[in-house]
Parts: sequence; C-alpha cells; structure tokens
Amino acid sequence: MDSTDKISTITPRKSLFDLKLNEIWSYRDLFVLFIRRDITVSYKQTVLGPLWFLIQPLLTTLMFLLVFGRIARIPTGGVPPVLFYMGGITVWNYFSDCLRLTSDTFVKNAGLFGKVYFPRIITPLSIVSSNLVKFSIQFILFLSVFLYYYFSDAQIQPNISLFLLPVYIIILAILSLGFGLIISAMTTKYRDLTFLIQFGIQLWMYATPVIYPISQIPEKYRWVIMANPVSHIVEAFKYGFTGSGSFYLNGIIYSGIFAIVLFFVGVAIFNRTEKTFMDTV
Amino acid sequence: MTPAIRIENISKQYRLGLVGTGTLSHDLRRWWHIVRGKEDPYLRIGEVNDRSTKGISDYIWALKDINIEVQQGDVLGIIGRNGAGKSTLLKILSKVTAPTTGSITYKGRIASLLEVGTGFHPELTGRENLYLNGAILGMRKIEIERKFAEIVDFSGCERYIDTPVKRYSSGMTVRLGFAVAAFLEPEILVVDEVLAVGDAEFQKKAIGKMHDVSKNDGRTVLFVSHNLASVQSLCTKGILLTNGKLTANDHVSTIIDLYSRGNESQKTSYITWTDKNRPNNEFIKLLSIELRNKGKKKQDPILINLPIELEINFETKTFLESLGFSYHLLNKGATVFVTGTPTHLRKIPEGKIIKLIGELPKDILNSEEFYSITIVFVLKNHQFELEIPEVLKFVPEESEREGEYLGKMIGMTRPIVKWEWLC
Repeated sequence: MDSTDKISTITPRKSLFDLKLNEIWSYRDLFVLFIRRDITVSYKQTVLGPLWFLIQPLLTTLMFLLVFGRIARIPTGGVPPVLFYMGGITVWNYFSDCLRLTSDTFVKNAGLFGKVYFPRIITPLSIVSSNLVKFSIQFILFLSVFLYYYFSDAQIQPNISLFLLPVYIIILAILSLGFGLIISAMTTKYRDLTFLIQFGIQLWMYATPVIYPISQIPEKYRWVIMANPVSHIVEAFKYGFTGSGSFYLNGIIYSGIFAIVLFFVGVAIFNRTEKTFMDTV
Repeated sequence: MTPAIRIENISKQYRLGLVGTGTLSHDLRRWWHIVRGKEDPYLRIGEVNDRSTKGISDYIWALKDINIEVQQGDVLGIIGRNGAGKSTLLKILSKVTAPTTGSITYKGRIASLLEVGTGFHPELTGRENLYLNGAILGMRKIEIERKFAEIVDFSGCERYIDTPVKRYSSGMTVRLGFAVAAFLEPEILVVDEVLAVGDAEFQKKAIGKMHDVSKNDGRTVLFVSHNLASVQSLCTKGILLTNGKLTANDHVSTIIDLYSRGNESQKTSYITWTDKNRPNNEFIKLLSIELRNKGKKKQDPILINLPIELEINFETKTFLESLGFSYHLLNKGATVFVTGTPTHLRKIPEGKIIKLIGELPKDILNSEEFYSITIVFVLKNHQFELEIPEVLKFVPEESEREGEYLGKMIGMTRPIVKWEWLC
C-alpha cells in the first residue's frame, strides 16, 4: 500500500483556501454514512416515520393559506394559493433547514470533534446533502399538487425556464453552506449568534418572496428583496411552474456569483476555525 | 531509518479564564501586529503551566518546546501528573487541535483513540454504529465489511447487533467501541486511558490486542495512562512530562522510577486533621492517622525490619450498626496488598472516639521504595462509606543488613526467605 509510507506534517496553520479535496475524498464513506444517519435518525421512534417529511410542508401550507391568504388577503398573482405557498415553502425550507443545521456544526459536534479528526467540512456537506433527500420528497409532493392544478385547468403556464431547476437547487445549497460555514465558525467564539440565527432566519423569510410575489412590494423597498440572493431563486422557481411572477436571468447570475464568493469566504473562515476551535468552544 | 514520528519544538498556549471577554480586543491587537510584520505579542508572554500556583499572566503554556522522535514499532508511554500536558500532546497528535508553534512529521496514518465509541448514535443499531464509528476513525467501508465478523466476535455483542445502542449496557457500548478500534490498521495508534473501562476479562483482551498490534504488526503506539502498571507492561519507552515540559525520555522502567520518585517530595506518614480539612461524612469524622514502627515515635524514620503500625483515630457521628476498616498498600500505583479488619465492630453509639491499630509484621516491605496507603471505611453490607486515596505516602528504610550483597534490592516486597544449602 502506498499510503503506509506517506509523510504528513502537522503545523499551526494551514492555508485558507486549502480544501484538501483528496482528504475529503478518502473520507467519502463517512460522508455517505453521515447522510444515512441523519435521515434514519430524524424520525426514529415516531409513529408516522418519514411521513413527517410530507406533513410538515402540508401543515405550513395550510397555515399560510389561513393567515396570509384568508385573513391578511395577500394576493398570489393569480396562482392558486395552495400551489403558490407550497412552492415557496418547499424551496425556502430547503434553504433555511440547511442554514439552521450547518450553522450549528461546531457547537453541536464539539464532543465528536474533540475526540477524533476527520475533515470537519464533511459534516456541513453531509447536512446539505441529507436535506436534499428531504427536499426531493417534498418536491414530489409539490409536483403532484402542481400536476393536479395543471390538469384541472387552473391558470398556470409552466415554461422553459424550468430547465434551470437543478441550477436553482445548487445555488441554494452553496448559499446555505456558505452562510452556515461562516456562522458556525463565529458561534465557536460568540455563542450569542445561536440565538440570533433562529430569529434571523424567520426575518429573512419575510424578506424573501415566499408568501407574496415580488410585484406586491412597493418600488421603494424592492431593492431589499432584490439584494437578497435567495429571492431570485424562490421567485424563479415559482415562475417556472406557474408562469406568473418575474424571471430575471441577471438575478439568477447575481445569486450564483454571490453564492460562490460566499462559499469561498466560508471555507476560509471555517478552515481557520477548525484547527483551534476546541480551545474556544 | 527515519523515525515514525518526529515532534519538533511543539508548544501549545492556552488563554485562561473567561474565553470571550476581551477576545475581540486581543484578536485585533494580534492582527495589527501581524499586519505590520511583527511577532504576535501574546506569544512572548505566558507561563509555565503550574496548576497550584497563581500566575500573573492570562496565558499559559500547556506544552513548551517538546522534541521527541519515536521509532517505528516503539510503544511509547506518556506519563505525568494531572495537567502536565499529556492529553494536550495527544490532541495535537490526533489533529483535534493545532499546536501554537512547531511541527510534527509522521509516516503513514495516525488513528487516535481518545475515547471509546466516538460518534455512537444511541438511536442507531450496533451494526449501523459499527460502520459509522469505523468511518469516523478513518476506515473505509470495504475494510469494515471485510472485518465485520471479526469485530463483532471480538466485542462479544453478536446477539445485540441489530438492537439500538441506547438499549445497550454501558459495558457493551464500550466493548463494541473498542472492538472497532482494535481492528483499525493505522501505522500509528494514539491511545488515551481507554483501557480503564470494561470488566477485567475485557481489559485483559484489550491489553492483549494492544500487545499484538505493536509486537506482531510492528506498529507504533503512543499510550497515556495514570495506571503505571499497564504502562509498564505495555510500553517499551517512556517520556515524562512536568508542567508542559519534557523532563525525561528513556526506557519505560527508568521513566516510571523517575515519576514515582518525583512523588516522594510529598511524603506524609502522619496527619492530624483540623476542622478545615477533615475528611468526614454523615457517619464518621477522622481525627488523625499515623504510620510508625512498633514502639517508635511517628517522627522517626520507618524501618522495614520492625513491625509497622497504622493507627487511626476517628469519632462516630451517628449510631453505627457495623463498621469495618481496610487499607490498600500501593507501590508506584500498583496494589501490593489489601488488608482489613477481619470482623466488624458492632453497635457503636454516637459520638464515640475510637482508636484502631493495625500491625504489619516486619520484613514485608522493601526499603527505598515509594509506597502509598489508601484507607477505606466499610459499613454493613460491604458498602464503601469513606475512601481516602493515597492518604499516606512513605519510603521505608532499613537499619542494617547482613550478607554478601548490600545494594538496592528490587521488588515491591522483600520477605525474608529461609535459605538452606544442602550439599
């Protein structure tokens, strides 16, 4: 075996953007096992089991339908409200779940990280991936609701932009990973952030066109929504299925660049933290 | 041959006190120095890590300028008192935390075993956890699959392999965890006191496995333990850490000797307790304890060729149905013998002052050996009610010896054997 004679070194710091891809590759089995663990564990000892993946978005949709549709009467741009809310929730939940879980990486795994070394980035990577499974299940639910409306002649026009769907998901994954990496690194020193993040994610949802179409926002405040990289993805996702709303290619490109830059900043900060976080956490 | 591990100038600095207060200002100042190309101002300060004295600086060196070379196939024992930096060194070696300065070069893979069953998830079954734990320790799935039957067999948990680990007894969890680790095949294995768990049979198995790993497979093992007996039996070489510094690097028995002698500075063969430091509980309070030769004063040196008396005075705080007493005599951390009152004292009224004297016959202990005594009070039903570990520490001497050899005798004990030449 060639690995027996491999010489390695341990030094105080490593370079910031060193992703150590070959090291991550050698731990690929751990990555897969983490994903499997996250999925099997999440609904152990529940009666309904993985059905909860479906119940969550259904209940949220119902709640939004009641509060924002019936009581607040926020228009949905001609789209059937159920489809409108469920679309928003499905995409937004993927982003917010990934962000919430990755931002906890160091604090939640302190016990494990304190005892054994493996490339730490495996943990947030596996979170983003295991949530992808959850997203897929919820997406299938959304898809069936969509098909129901499509064949029952509702005013929806799915269009060619749907082909960009995988791109949307990749951008969302990278975005949440980037934010998550930065926050997780910072929470090791400043624990206050764990409290802020709960609140921040809620607030962020209202700054994203989940429960309203962008067209409903007064011109004066629209820049806030446009500066939010998640907005473009959520809006474009709904547009792709319903044909209502707006689609700016520039917005998607902006989100993509934002995600990539953020990701590299996140990796740099994460790399610096992973070497010494045991001393501060 | 190049060494398996070369540790060069490794130091580790920690900041004491509240992490978080003032970190930002220190971070900024550090950053400002580095930006201007100057040395980190906080690396110049820092004190030797001595737990018992109060320091001036907030920064301490948990490890300072450690240089070690470990050859392939060596089993290196790392010993030192609490806070000497043993665990910090292991943490740096297992890449859990980075050193502040210095570098370590090593050949092959390092697997660390700072804990048994790291990453076990209570909801997952034994089988699932085996795979997960193996992967966390750096094994490939294919490797685990190949050794799966052996691992399960070694752990002795076959029957429960498809049961969630949360239903396991703590002993079983440990067995399963160690079994995975035992089948790791790294070139370098780093082990913290994990052997101190599990039942006697399993400990024997674990130690045997460690022997195999080093002797037969030629792997390098680094082992930290407070149990000097297991260090002695397992290791070939040793290093001694004192307050973060490397004080010796030699053959393991030399190191253990050195370490034990270091403890001699704390010799105490008699104590009279005051209310401030008195060991007591709801049943008894201790007044004094002393060790002396029969008929001598407590201040006199203790000689091995006279009977040795242990006298303890204590007072009962409640009515006691039954009370017994015993002590463990230890040499370099290993138990030499345990002795106790063969019968219990019955129906003792409250507030009674009792004196107990135990006489050890002459010619049992060895001279110039470091011994300590742990005392235990036992209530009825053999409950240990009050235990004071290593309350007395002493090094007996001998008055005179006849014979050809007059040097230091080796051994924990030195009974007088009746010899007879028949020719």
